[in-house]
Amino acid sequence: MIYPQRVDGLPKITGKALYVDDIPLNGVIHASTIRSSCAGGVVEELTFDPTFDWTPFVVVTAQDIPGLNAIKMLENDQPVLVDRVFRHAGEPLALLAHSDPCMLETALRHVHVRETPLAHPIFDIDEALGAESTIIPGNVYTDYLLNKGDVEQAQKNAECLIVERLLTPSQEQLYIEPQGMIAVLQEDGVLRIEGSMQCPYYVLDALEQCTGLDKNRLQVVQSTTGGAFGGKEDYPSMIACHAALLALKAGGLPVKLIYERGEDLRVTPKRHPSRSLVRLGANSEGELQFIDMDFAIDGGAYRTLSPVVLSRGVIHAPGPYRCANIRVRGRAVATNHPPFGAFRGFGAPQSIFALEVAMDRLAAKLNMDPAELRQKNLLHRGDVSPTGDLVGEDCFAQEILDEALRVSHYYERQDAFRVWNAAPHDTLRGIGLATFAHGAGFTGNGELYLASQVFLQAHADGQVEILCSNTEMGQGAATTLVQIAADALKLPLEQVHLAQTDTARVPNSGPTVASRTCMVVGDLIEKAAQRLLQKLRDEGGLAQTFTPAEFNAVCLRMQESGKDLLVSASYQPPVDMLWDEKSFTGRAYASYAWAAYIAEVEVDKLTLETRVLNFTAAQEIGHAVHPQIVQGQIEGGVVQGIGYALYENVLWNPFGVMANDRLTNYIIPTTADIGPLQIVLMEKGLGAGPKGAKGVGELPMDGPAPAIVNAIQQALKIDVAQIPAMPELLLDLSRAQRGSQCQ
Amino acid sequence: MAEWLRPRHMNEALQLLAELPAEQYQIISGGTDVMVAQQLSAPRDIAVWLDLSAIPELKTVEVTTEGIRIGAGVTLSVLRRHPEVQKHWPMLAASAAVTGAAPIQNRATLGGNLCNASPAADNAPVLLAYAARIEIAGPNGTRLLPYEQFHLGYRQTDLATHELLQAIHIPYLPAGSRVYYRKVGTRAAQAIAKVGIAAWIHFAENQGIIAARFGLSSVAATPCVLPNVSEYLSGKRISNIHESMIREKVSSDIKPVDDIRSTAGYRLEVASRLVWEAIHCAQ
Repeated sequence: MIYPQRVDGLPKITGKALYVDDIPLNGVIHASTIRSSCAGGVVEELTFDPTFDWTPFVVVTAQDIPGLNAIKMLENDQPVLVDRVFRHAGEPLALLAHSDPCMLETALRHVHVRETPLAHPIFDIDEALGAESTIIPGNVYTDYLLNKGDVEQAQKNAECLIVERLLTPSQEQLYIEPQGMIAVLQEDGVLRIEGSMQCPYYVLDALEQCTGLDKNRLQVVQSTTGGAFGGKEDYPSMIACHAALLALKAGGLPVKLIYERGEDLRVTPKRHPSRSLVRLGANSEGELQFIDMDFAIDGGAYRTLSPVVLSRGVIHAPGPYRCANIRVRGRAVATNHPPFGAFRGFGAPQSIFALEVAMDRLAAKLNMDPAELRQKNLLHRGDVSPTGDLVGEDCFAQEILDEALRVSHYYERQDAFRVWNAAPHDTLRGIGLATFAHGAGFTGNGELYLASQVFLQAHADGQVEILCSNTEMGQGAATTLVQIAADALKLPLEQVHLAQTDTARVPNSGPTVASRTCMVVGDLIEKAAQRLLQKLRDEGGLAQTFTPAEFNAVCLRMQESGKDLLVSASYQPPVDMLWDEKSFTGRAYASYAWAAYIAEVEVDKLTLETRVLNFTAAQEIGHAVHPQIVQGQIEGGVVQGIGYALYENVLWNPFGVMANDRLTNYIIPTTADIGPLQIVLMEKGLGAGPKGAKGVGELPMDGPAPAIVNAIQQALKIDVAQIPAMPELLLDLSRAQRGSQCQ
Repeated sequence: MAEWLRPRHMNEALQLLAELPAEQYQIISGGTDVMVAQQLSAPRDIAVWLDLSAIPELKTVEVTTEGIRIGAGVTLSVLRRHPEVQKHWPMLAASAAVTGAAPIQNRATLGGNLCNASPAADNAPVLLAYAARIEIAGPNGTRLLPYEQFHLGYRQTDLATHELLQAIHIPYLPAGSRVYYRKVGTRAAQAIAKVGIAAWIHFAENQGIIAARFGLSSVAATPCVLPNVSEYLSGKRISNIHESMIREKVSSDIKPVDDIRSTAGYRLEVASRLVWEAIHCAQ
């Protein structure tokens, strides 16, 4: 099967695509950010050496902000530039720009910052919850409770009970292209921002608030974006505001603010670290009686997106299981780390890790195979979901687990590994699994509030443009959206184009996050395409079936007779989409994709290094618009998940900033670390997207870590309560276990 | 503006070097360490770059009756594929093959790996275990130094200001030799070592150990040997070697630290385990 070529493929592989740092500019000035050093405190003095000649520099401080000194996000708590009080190391205090990067370097040495540091900065979730000194009252940004049934009562009746404390670390998105923006105040008075981003309208809103300019004087354009993974959801607003403030003072010169890799790693948001206390109870048959989880994520020093990350984490915490009594308390906690933010999975990988590892502990205690325990508890059609809505036809938890067990030869491998481990080999082997579901689109009423809109514009030559604010960032959205439109319009792919994401032209179809682009925006494009055809039929006499030439002829005729060729489609929630944010009840997502991931690992007996021998990722995704892109998405997500499970270890310096800020010491897996990946796509066609498609972007991030940890536990017969499962950790655990066995 | 000097002969290089002001020049060959350091370290004013990449004498590999002489500018790609190296000094072919990635190996030189003097240098343990000697050229001629004496402290070598590392000499191994090499990195490829070990063990016909020599990386301020382990093993039969004694001797020989890549505890334990493994599994 030959799938359509990626529309962005050729310019990228030939090097013709221009990433933000490649864009040619005349008279550009380069910008740099002066930052706080301490983990919170007060800036007593910011001095620009009076003996140094500052005239050729553009300098911006908090006093230069024409609008509100706050990054537009859920709450206006994060300053664009620190005025006096700050909460973390690496906060922007002032901006400098000059045409010569070397001069910029020199000038930075002539800026002196005197800070009074915070007496007791906090870097740990539980410390923050118990601390007397607070960053915000109680150090809790958001406190959610998902409560179903009666956990206390169920606990009395449970015959088998486990209690676990599980930890997940931060994780860096590690997009290949570091973040950056270009800003220029044009002669027509429009402030134009171009750069690497996921969400142009977030940037536009942030610019409006910070510069005080009217939206018609602001233009945000997405440049070719080299990966994002959530890392370019909120922070580009910060960089764009900085570049814009400099541009407002730069007399029309373009300002370029590009982060070097180390700066990007130190200051931009990463995955929220989490701490979960999990209690599970079952009867002797292995049927879940209750799920009780205290789930806390480290939000860092400002609220940013933490409440929504938390909400997704809480909703995904009970997994795809039938259980009458569920209590999940979720808290996003304030610490003095730089704020944590969006990263593929968005809270779900954290809580799913906790639950799935706990499920294996429960299985062990019940003396039951982990697959069997899941078989007994997976949701089926007609069950009530953890958030209290009825599970409809679109539920394939059981089918996908069966498929994963079958294609991975789960039980045969288990037997083979038992034999292997009994023999004198250099390694121990194990097989582990995770079953989960991932909700696509914004949580709850999020899509309703977004009120996304797309346009399709046909031209006189029959070419059709998709106008939407969703971004291609390497994931394949451009091709997928073009394919959806071409398919609905019954036109060849070459005739449909995705317009450049430019807020001066495209409507707001929402951010490119939350596995929503193909499903939600794709659906709008499909609807718009049907409207376009209808319009051409009604107003131009297009026949029911037509050739591209006939389509073109109708477009030309309509254009010549002065008729417009523009249609739009806006989001309408499904009728059964009812969600109560306060009680966490109702339908949380339009669609869930269902998955079962199985990891086979071997651990070196001497060095405790873990290698993934085979990995099976099976998922029901409704419909794969472009199976090759879907496969690529899933393979990439699994690899990122393997990194999360085994290698990626964000270390903190004494000021709470990432210490291993180079690619030589922040370790992600290479192809040499990844065994064969078996990707299984099941397509039942019941999702909310085109032809029943569901979102898949985030899903593959959820499963690898628990599956791998469960496999390691099987191999070594030890309990692993945190990731990454580095050799150092496994060595300590296996020595402690050996020690306890000797006693 | 910095000056870039690219001599064509060793003598020319030494002459140029003799005239350069200390502290203001940087010697460069493949550049795979130097260029990265340039990017990352505090800016240092380098007035002159002395580029050794055009000197043919540094690129030669000569096999003699005593062993092999490898020019300091020979790349790791050449070494990993060199048939004589693969046959007689397989640990060097192996260590060259796990240094960085292929594009790095195409540029990086053996001499550069030693002069960069990282405690984690991938090829250092092998040269220690093979009892390599290094040939150093200076204004007053050349001298031969056991490689073991080259590293004086963290990132400090015995190389004087106006000297250049010219070649590395490795002798043939006596009959009854067995070797073992393993790099434990942060991942399977393109990794910096947490522990690297090379071992040469000389067995007598009766399976007693005549002599043993080990080279380790990343477990001390410099690549290091294990004198106490070697002394303990000398003259012992395998059955008389005790794991607890190996552990004790390794502990007395190395000084691992906690750093961004691993822990002192892990390094000590794994070094001990790998020494034990080397004694029993060397081939």
